[in-house]
Amino acid sequence: MSAPPTDRQLIDFVVHEARLLDQQRLDDWLGLFAEDGHYWIPLEPGQTDPRLTTSLMYEDKLLLEIRIERLKGKATYSQSPRSRCHHVLQTPQVDARDDGKAHYVTWTPMHYVESRGDQQTLYAAWVTHHLTTVDGVLRIRLKRVDLINCDAALGSIQLFV
Amino acid sequence: MIGRYRGNRQALTALVRETEVHRDVYLDREVFELEMEQLFANTWVYVGHDSQVPRVGDYYATTIGNQPVVMVRDTPDSIKVLHNRCPHKGTRLTGEACGNTGRFFRCPYHAWTFRLDGSLAGVPLKSGYDGTGFADGVAARGMTPVRHVRNYRGFVFGKLNDAGPGFDEFFGESLSSIDNMVDRSPQGRLEVAGGALRYRHACNWKMLVDNLTDTCHPMIAHQSSAGTTVEVWKSAPPGAKKPMAVEIYAPFASPYEFFQGMGIRVWDNGHGHTGVAHSIHSDYSAVPGYFEQMVAAYGEARAKAILGEARHNTVYFPNVTVKGPIQLLRLFKPIAADETLVESWAFRLVGAPDTLLERTVMYNRLVNAPTSVVGHDDLEIYERAQAGLAGSGNEWVNIQRLYSADEAGRRNAVTDGTSEWQMRNQFRAWTKFMTMGL
Repeated sequence: MSAPPTDRQLIDFVVHEARLLDQQRLDDWLGLFAEDGHYWIPLEPGQTDPRLTTSLMYEDKLLLEIRIERLKGKATYSQSPRSRCHHVLQTPQVDARDDGKAHYVTWTPMHYVESRGDQQTLYAAWVTHHLTTVDGVLRIRLKRVDLINCDAALGSIQLFV
Repeated sequence: MIGRYRGNRQALTALVRETEVHRDVYLDREVFELEMEQLFANTWVYVGHDSQVPRVGDYYATTIGNQPVVMVRDTPDSIKVLHNRCPHKGTRLTGEACGNTGRFFRCPYHAWTFRLDGSLAGVPLKSGYDGTGFADGVAARGMTPVRHVRNYRGFVFGKLNDAGPGFDEFFGESLSSIDNMVDRSPQGRLEVAGGALRYRHACNWKMLVDNLTDTCHPMIAHQSSAGTTVEVWKSAPPGAKKPMAVEIYAPFASPYEFFQGMGIRVWDNGHGHTGVAHSIHSDYSAVPGYFEQMVAAYGEARAKAILGEARHNTVYFPNVTVKGPIQLLRLFKPIAADETLVESWAFRLVGAPDTLLERTVMYNRLVNAPTSVVGHDDLEIYERAQAGLAGSGNEWVNIQRLYSADEAGRRNAVTDGTSEWQMRNQFRAWTKFMTMGL
C-alpha cells in the first residue's frame, strides 16, 4: 500500500489534467478517470441531480470514449476545421481529504477558451474534482464543471472544459 | 429604402415554387421581418406549458416570434398571455424568466401596477392625468392581452392576429401527436421537468424545421456520432447489457431502408410527422412496471395502441416540434434571418417510473445540448448552408425528392419516409400565412 497523496500531488494532478486537454492528448486524459468516473456540466447553478434533471453534459467513460473516437474521425464535419482549447487555472484548493476512504476533493476556478476557425469563445467555470486512488494512482471519480453562465443560451462546446 | 417584398404578394409568392424555394426565405432581412409580422401572427405559436405556472401569480416570460410576451396564471383555472411591456414607457415588466409576481405586475420604472389579467390597477400620483383624456387612451387599458390563447392538454398556444384559422382548424388531426405524448402518462398529465437547454444557432430558423423530417441526413451527418457509437460498442464484453445511451445514439446510423419504411404523415397547414410505422425510438428497452401501470389506467388494448406509436418528430408549423415517445419538445425561436435560439424542454410523465424521465433527460443532453455530438454536426451543416446560400450561381434550394404533381390537394396522407413532401407542405403553408390579407 503506497502512501496517501499529498496536497501537492492532488494539485499537480488537476494541473496535469488540464494540460492533457490543452495538448489534446485525449486518450491519456480518459485514462485519468476511474472505471466508474463521470464528467458533469450542470445546467443549473447548484444542481444536485444529474440523472433526472437536465445537464449540459453528464457522461461516463463509455460516452467520453465515443466523444474522443469521434473527434479522430474523418467524417466529423463539425471538426473541419478542428477546435483548439486553452485552460487558465487558479491554484487548485484542496477542500476535503479522507485518506481512509481515499476520497479527495479539489476546487479550481478557471477560464476556458475554445477556438475554431475565426471564432473564439471564453468561458469561466468553477471545477470540482472528486478524486480517488486506484492501485495507488490518483483517478477521477467525478469532474464537475460549473460554468458561470450554465443557464445562458450557449453556442457549441466541442472539446472539454 | 423600398423593400422588394413588403406588401408585394406576387414577390412573396414567387419565392416558393413547387419543388424549389428561393434563398431569400433563409437570408433576406425583410422576408424575416414579414415572417414576424405575418407568419408568426397569423398562426398559432407555442408559448409554454401550463405546468410552468402552477400557482396563481406564476409567470413565464417568452416570445411569440419577436414579440415579448408573458404567460401568467391569473386564476386557478385560467392562463393569460400578455404582451410583456408597460403601456407607459414600454418597459418589459418581468426581470426573471419565470417566477411569481403576487397579485400584480409592477413596473420597476414608475410603479404602475397591473392585475394578472393585464388590466391597469394603479398609477402613482394619478391626479396628474385628470382631465387629460387618459381614461380613453390605450395606456389606461393596461398590458395588452394576446387575444387568441388556447390551452390544449397543457400546451399553451397563442395567435396574435384576428386573421388566420381557429385553433381546431389550424391543427386538425395533428393534435393526435400531443394526445399521444400526454396519454403516455398513466394519469394523462405532463409536467415540465427542469430548465430548458438553450442552444444558439447562427442560421435561419427554417433550416431546423426543414431538418426535422429530413431522413436522408442521419446516416451521413451523424455517422461521426452514431457510427462511432456502434463501433465502440462492438468491443463491449459479450453479453453486456446495451446501455441506454447506446440505445439512443445507435439508431441514427440506420440505413436508408429503415427511414424509407418509417413513413411520413402530412397534415394541412404545414404540420406533419416522421415515424408512422416505426422510428429511431421504437426499440428502447421496456421499463419495468410501466406497461402494467398503463394497462391499469387505460385497459390493455388502449395501452398497446398508445405505446405502439413511435412518432419521431412531429412538426407543429411554424416553429415547434414534439417527440411523443421520448417526451421532448423543441422550440425554434427566430432571432434574426441568420440567428435562432433552440430551446429543448423535457417532460415528466406524471405517475410513470423515473427511468422514463431519466431517458428523456439523457436524450435531451446527448442530442440537443450545446455539447451534443449530434447537435454539433447538424449545426455545422446549417451554418455551412447559411454561408453557401450567399453564392449567386444558383439562388434556389431543392425540395424535389419524391415529388408528385397531385400531392398538394391530398389531405392527411402517408408517404415514403424519405420524401421531402413535408418540407414542401411547410412551404405551401408558409406562402399561405405570409400572404394572408395581402
